[in-house]
Amino acid sequence: MTNPTNKSKQVETTGHVWDGDLREYNNPLPNWWLWAFYATIVFSIIYWVIYPAWPVGKSFTRGIATVTVEENGQTKEMPWNSRSQLIAEMQSSPAAVKQREYIEKVAAASYEEIFANPDMMAFARSMAKGYFGDYCAACHGQGGQGNLPFFPNLADDDWLWGGQVEQIQVSLQAGRKGNMPAFPNIQGQALDDLASYVLSLSGEAVDAAAAERGKQGYAMCMGCHGAEGKGNPMLGAANLTDKAWSVINIPAAGSIEEKKKLVAGVINKGIAREMPAFGNRLKPEEIKMLTVYVHELGGGK
Amino acid sequence: MSVETEEKLYQKRIAIHPKSVKGTFRTFKTGVLVLAYAVFFLLPWLRWDRGDGPSQAVLFDIPGRRFYIFELIVHPQDIYWLAGALIIFAWLLFFVTGVVGRAFCGYFCFQTLWTDAFMFIERWIQGDRQKRINIDKMPWNPEKISKKGLTWAAWLLFAWITGFTFTAYWTDAYGLLNDFFTGRAPYPAYFTIGFLTLTTFVVAGFVREQVCIYMCPYSRFQAVMFDKETLIPSYDYKRGEGEKGRAHLGRGLKTREERQAAGYGDCIDCGLCVQVCPTGIDIRNGLQIACINCGLCIDACNEIMDKQGWERGLIRYASEQEIETGSKPRVFKPKTIGYGLAILVVTVFLIYSILHQAPMDFSVNQVRNPLAVTLADGRVQNSYEIKINNKVPRPLRLDLGVEGLADAEIEIAGGKKDIEVPSDKLLHLLVRVKLPAGAKNSQQNFRFVLTDKDGQIKPVAMNATFNMPR
Ligand code: SF4
Ligand code: SF4
Repeated sequence: MTNPTNKSKQVETTGHVWDGDLREYNNPLPNWWLWAFYATIVFSIIYWVIYPAWPVGKSFTRGIATVTVEENGQTKEMPWNSRSQLIAEMQSSPAAVKQREYIEKVAAASYEEIFANPDMMAFARSMAKGYFGDYCAACHGQGGQGNLPFFPNLADDDWLWGGQVEQIQVSLQAGRKGNMPAFPNIQGQALDDLASYVLSLSGEAVDAAAAERGKQGYAMCMGCHGAEGKGNPMLGAANLTDKAWSVINIPAAGSIEEKKKLVAGVINKGIAREMPAFGNRLKPEEIKMLTVYVHELGGGK
Repeated sequence: MSVETEEKLYQKRIAIHPKSVKGTFRTFKTGVLVLAYAVFFLLPWLRWDRGDGPSQAVLFDIPGRRFYIFELIVHPQDIYWLAGALIIFAWLLFFVTGVVGRAFCGYFCFQTLWTDAFMFIERWIQGDRQKRINIDKMPWNPEKISKKGLTWAAWLLFAWITGFTFTAYWTDAYGLLNDFFTGRAPYPAYFTIGFLTLTTFVVAGFVREQVCIYMCPYSRFQAVMFDKETLIPSYDYKRGEGEKGRAHLGRGLKTREERQAAGYGDCIDCGLCVQVCPTGIDIRNGLQIACINCGLCIDACNEIMDKQGWERGLIRYASEQEIETGSKPRVFKPKTIGYGLAILVVTVFLIYSILHQAPMDFSVNQVRNPLAVTLADGRVQNSYEIKINNKVPRPLRLDLGVEGLADAEIEIAGGKKDIEVPSDKLLHLLVRVKLPAGAKNSQQNFRFVLTDKDGQIKPVAMNATFNMPR
């Protein structure tokens, strides 16, 4: 269309008139434009043949395109869909291959090597964040803040079973069973005195005479919590001399009476907790990255 | 309205064979073409010393999220510069279009430049207008096959160079050249080069003016930027047509005086202005959508007027008003002043912003889950995720401290002591702040301060809050 204003010919107009005399020509489109339209139709037909397209009853036309995936060590062809594509990409895309290589690198490294290498550390952290969300957060909370009395806080620097990487790894792999027996027979004055003594160990302002009397009753606690109340990570017995509390929330309690009541409750009722084992559910390298992550959460030992 | 029509609904494109022409506008166009091509085709090969960074002077590194433009490194945080630049370009386009018409179309548009270059190739191999028309009319004999084949091969080569050059802006140019021919270039690179080669070949070789007429939105809305004072290539119909219209140089119509006496205008209807037009239109029909304002018809007509010994400018850059009434367009009018000021303001802002690019980004995010933790020794701990982005071309050695928190101890997770951010890298830190226990639920505002151990950057502070347990 080289001469749009061929005055010698009457050109069809669209029929619209503006300002009294302004009309719009209905000039023809070029042929290739029309062909482009036909090409889109051809394209869609080819597309229907290759890819999943038409619903048929409860099923649909699957298309002839396939994706190669690996299943139980064998390669097989699946019809193309975004799901099989995802499976294939998780198995063999460059990103998946790279991730696998990196996981192997971390698996082969010692904890010291991981801590010393910022790149490996960043990788372990971001991978383990996902594992933590999947396996740990249900009980321990998304940030490891815990939920007392049953699920201890992982974000503080107090470790019942030890805060060394080796100890954390064992906790994850084999699980832990923490059991403080109940002492329902301790009641009245004796209970109040013992609670006072326990609180005095971590520097709470209690009646000194009561605490002194309670020291007698503490004899039966020493087996696990130690003569000085320092606890025992072999048994998961809490350190009673520090200010972090792993079963009851003493810092949040208001008065000293309330605090004594909380401690007395644990003495009378005991507490039994179980951390399940993940050794059979997670791969060793996953446990390793999770260990690094948990260790870093609250500042491990 | 009018129903009588001789045109079919779908019409074949009539091939255009523009004649070559000499003159001011042709020289200007060629100058722009040479300059633009020199920059476009050579820039990716230019190296630039950036220490650790890539050594390509201009590189748009999408996976690495950096644009390198000589000394300037554009980070994702600076992407509003792009918005600023786009605003300037858009307003500049409106401004220029309002004053001198579609100057962009005529001299700078890629479509115009590449079509022009392809026409040069075509002319060089097949000859000028008449020869090309003859070749087109020929049956497919050896001459036609060899000339057309040679033209297309040259086009294809040029199209490939174009596609390759474009792609070289997004990756290392020398590496790409090597990888391309050894089959090691990434798939998207092959695709981009292939796609651009094909589109350049088709669009600059065959589609040409149809892009301007059917595809380009700019040609459609250019009219809203025009006014009666906009300079456009115009045919001075008063002078050209006289009272009785245009006429060939016939007997008794040779000199201007004879023609004027007979009532005819200065246009000798030689058709040269139509023959040189790259979009194949007749400027004497007035302003039209297909006119890209390239000025070649002005050159053509001036040539004729010179030959006749008549004054130039039967076709010239003139406003509609000027042709009608003879009054010259104003330079300063509300539109030019308004656009001019707006462009100036954004340009100053953009330059200021680029010159004052922050040497590093520093952000602090408090860990909320848990907000506060009581530690074994009775103190309270809050944790913060800190990100430091080094934008200077050397490693930054930093000290992290707090201001406004008495007795605070800060600890960087992982036992790090020194913060060192490599050049152009982002560093994540988990920082724990420990404070003696205070009133329950209380909050304290404080500031993290980063200081450059080498003292070259001013300390940067970020506000944060410390929370006591509930
Ligand atoms: S080139 Fe000039 S004189 Fe020749 S036809 Fe065009 S307007 Fe008329
Ligand atoms: S009419 Fe003149 S200015 Fe417009 S495109 Fe054709 S040659 Fe260029």
